[in-house]
Amino acid sequence: MNRSSDSLILENVSRRSFLKGLAAGSALVLAAKWDLALAQQEKPYGAEAMPGGWVDDPNVFIRIDEDGTVTIVNHRAEMGQGIRTSLVMVAADELGADWQRVRVEQAPGNHDKYGNQNTDGSRSMRHWFDPMRRAAAAARTMLEQAAAQRWGVPVDECQAGVHVVVHEPTGRKLAFGELARTARELPVPERSTLTLKPREAWRYLGKETGPQQNVTGDKVQRPLAIDGQEIVTGQAVYGADVGFDDMLYAVVARPPIYGAEVASVDQTEARKVPGVVDIRQIDGTRQPGGFEPLGGVAVLAENTWAAIQGRNALKIEWDNGPAGDNASYDTRVFTEELMQRAESAGQVIRSEGDIESALGNAETRVQASYYMPHMAQAPMEPPVAIARMSDGHAEVWAPLQNPQAAHDGVAQRLGLEPNAVTVNVTLLGGGFGRKSKPDFVFEAAELAKAYKGRAVRVQWTREDDLHHAYFHALSVDRLEAGLDAGGKALGWRHRTLSPSISSLFAEDPMHKGNFELGMGFNTLPFNIPAIQLENPPASAHVRIGWFRAVYNLSHAFAIQSFVAEMAEAAGRDHRDYLLELLGPAREINPQAVGDDWNYGESPDLYPIDVGRLRGVVEKATAEAGWGKQRPAGRGMGLAVHHSFASYAAVVFDVEVQDDSSLIIHSTDIAFDCGPQVNPERIRSQMEGACVMGIGIALQSEITLEEGRVQQDNFHQYEFARMRHAPRAIRVHLINDNPDIAPGGVGEPGLPPVAPALCNAIHAATGKRIRRLPVGNQLS
Amino acid sequence: MVTLTINREEHKLDVPNDMPLLWALRDVVKLTGTKFGCGMSLCGACTVHVDGQATRSCVTPVSSVEGKSVTTIEAIEMDPIGRRVQEAWLDLGVAQCGYCQGGQIMNATGLLKQNANPSDQQIDDAMSGNLCRCGTYTRIRQAIHRAAEAGEKRA
Repeated sequence: MNRSSDSLILENVSRRSFLKGLAAGSALVLAAKWDLALAQQEKPYGAEAMPGGWVDDPNVFIRIDEDGTVTIVNHRAEMGQGIRTSLVMVAADELGADWQRVRVEQAPGNHDKYGNQNTDGSRSMRHWFDPMRRAAAAARTMLEQAAAQRWGVPVDECQAGVHVVVHEPTGRKLAFGELARTARELPVPERSTLTLKPREAWRYLGKETGPQQNVTGDKVQRPLAIDGQEIVTGQAVYGADVGFDDMLYAVVARPPIYGAEVASVDQTEARKVPGVVDIRQIDGTRQPGGFEPLGGVAVLAENTWAAIQGRNALKIEWDNGPAGDNASYDTRVFTEELMQRAESAGQVIRSEGDIESALGNAETRVQASYYMPHMAQAPMEPPVAIARMSDGHAEVWAPLQNPQAAHDGVAQRLGLEPNAVTVNVTLLGGGFGRKSKPDFVFEAAELAKAYKGRAVRVQWTREDDLHHAYFHALSVDRLEAGLDAGGKALGWRHRTLSPSISSLFAEDPMHKGNFELGMGFNTLPFNIPAIQLENPPASAHVRIGWFRAVYNLSHAFAIQSFVAEMAEAAGRDHRDYLLELLGPAREINPQAVGDDWNYGESPDLYPIDVGRLRGVVEKATAEAGWGKQRPAGRGMGLAVHHSFASYAAVVFDVEVQDDSSLIIHSTDIAFDCGPQVNPERIRSQMEGACVMGIGIALQSEITLEEGRVQQDNFHQYEFARMRHAPRAIRVHLINDNPDIAPGGVGEPGLPPVAPALCNAIHAATGKRIRRLPVGNQLS
Repeated sequence: MVTLTINREEHKLDVPNDMPLLWALRDVVKLTGTKFGCGMSLCGACTVHVDGQATRSCVTPVSSVEGKSVTTIEAIEMDPIGRRVQEAWLDLGVAQCGYCQGGQIMNATGLLKQNANPSDQQIDDAMSGNLCRCGTYTRIRQAIHRAAEAGEKRA
């Protein structure tokens, strides 16, 4: 079947399948509209559509030992979202396992065996809640069948309890461990015969986790973050914590300009550094560079420090010729170009009603342009990878969101069969999208090739991480609205300009793809008679990549700031005005507004639900005490956004003091992801999104001059520190409804944070922030 | 050759004098709980204790701690305050990815050693050198208060 390249881009699971999609779709079908009928006809959705799909074989995910230990295989990447705990809770609950006797085992990258492992797009629960429950239900059924055999009774008299199977008529019991051997030999029951536990029978799912005091003050153990103990004692294993005797430690000098190449290297001084073992060149890849290494010069040493010292002593001449006009990329100049371009019409993405007459007949016109800079994901753990090649087999250890992409790339690069490559996934010291691109693994593989039998670790420094990120796309969004005499919106025109992630994989398309427009741009849920959405061109001059919540960040910042500006022009309360723009509760079919992507999900299962958008707005504002009189210098700001199949609204209560310092008193976040598997981890994701969003609003900006990133380390690329964190973050989870499909959690909390904060700053000071970060704009 | 006391054990290390303590710990002694985050004392992921004082190991030359007592996250549970901080971290589910949390715990323990019952403002001042990209600061603040209260109960 011939599908949109868009649907393949978003998967970003393997470059191979992406390129296949490109060939099929030809000429980057990026903004091309899909024939609605075709899309409805054949398109698979959800996990079904992902490379590797889903797997629900209990023998793949669940192992029960004779001592009763239950091992559950987690095949998704753990990067702080808590999936190693939450997915194991799903399986343990359905199985009837006692949490104290459950352990987790991390799967290597192998989507043929485990199903899709690409941990991005806030998909883990959307795609794995059901398969994991079915796997566990099958395992439970096999235990019941084993008990029935043992007792010689009908299986329907045998019921699994907590880590035991009970013969109901007699009350006899057999522990899971006692049944393990027999159960293991049984055939896996047909999927259609499985019965999933009713919600009332859940012991862990949807319940609070972590220790709790009971009435006598004793701690009651409930499911606890599975890696918590190892983390607080320094025993948890992240990428750089994997090591081997006689391992080589490498750092790489990469071209400072995207696409540049090594012209010449003087290694003399570097070789004199004690501990330096070798110096090798790594070939780069011509643009588009995809997930390939940037190339450069690697210094290999007996320890990291010697490698860093050696790199400092290298004298490298770079050839900027292959970089083309990347060598003159200046983000300030580029931003002004986009601002200018935003004044003219662009490729039309969505058009309803007559925008020209709606704007022309308006009593009041509101217009504003917004800027969001490039940003680096900057996980606290910089990229790092270990590779070792021996006897025609390559093994990799790395913190990877997308181990399959690493696996396929290593096999291809080293000319190995797929089964001759093992990719082990460590804990991730944060991901945020950076670790879905395995360029750093390929560097390690490239070096390991030259040292057969010897492990090589490539360690990125923070400077490397900031200079060579896959940057969040710089963006300009221009909005214009026409209001009638009563302030009611008649027309809405939005032009969005931003380089596309597709520029990584093919000649720069200059326009956003559907998987980018669908992040809150063409999915605009407002009830306005005339809507015109346009996408003028913008080129890429650095590697552009996924950053937590991706283009939702810039779309939400612009749209949610602009709604506050419209409300002000209309002389209306912001919340009331926002609810009026949203209009009555209704479900919008994403395809009907030109979004055939919808995060890869079925439009029937996952429509844009305006009622749920209204619900989070009403909840967040009610909890925050919206509308209360605020003292001078104090203000509340609001924003709402739908993304990754979930709904989030944020209200900030801030104060700006006479010396222009900002105090964030509190944040109220209302979040609706439908059914809640692990509410405690959902809250922690919302809290984290809040703090990250504050950094996006106030501090974070990557700039380039003459093609070079200007920020070297955390003194220049800043994000929120504890002093910026709100005094209180209150998270209100609503709509825990098992009858609707689960939404994402990791990303959807982030987009509304920056606009809500900027709206609060405006409420407190009258100062409207249209360019991020706020920086010193308040002084 | 540099002689160091790390977690109450003596180590003789054949490393250059200017090697930062961080890399000596991680690459030579193979204690990997102390993390690399920035290399410039900007993020705190590498925080250890030197004679009980929270110290950024990434900018501390190994020779400068010769003859002093270095404690890392792997051994902070031997310190009663450190143990209380770890428990508070677990009770409140502070960690997300966890990478920075060793440094946070070491820094928080250092704070509580000097100030048994810090205010929010004092916590912010003491902890703002420790970055967390996951954004766990509000729980860290609560956990430090909780560890302080646990300390008071014991006293």
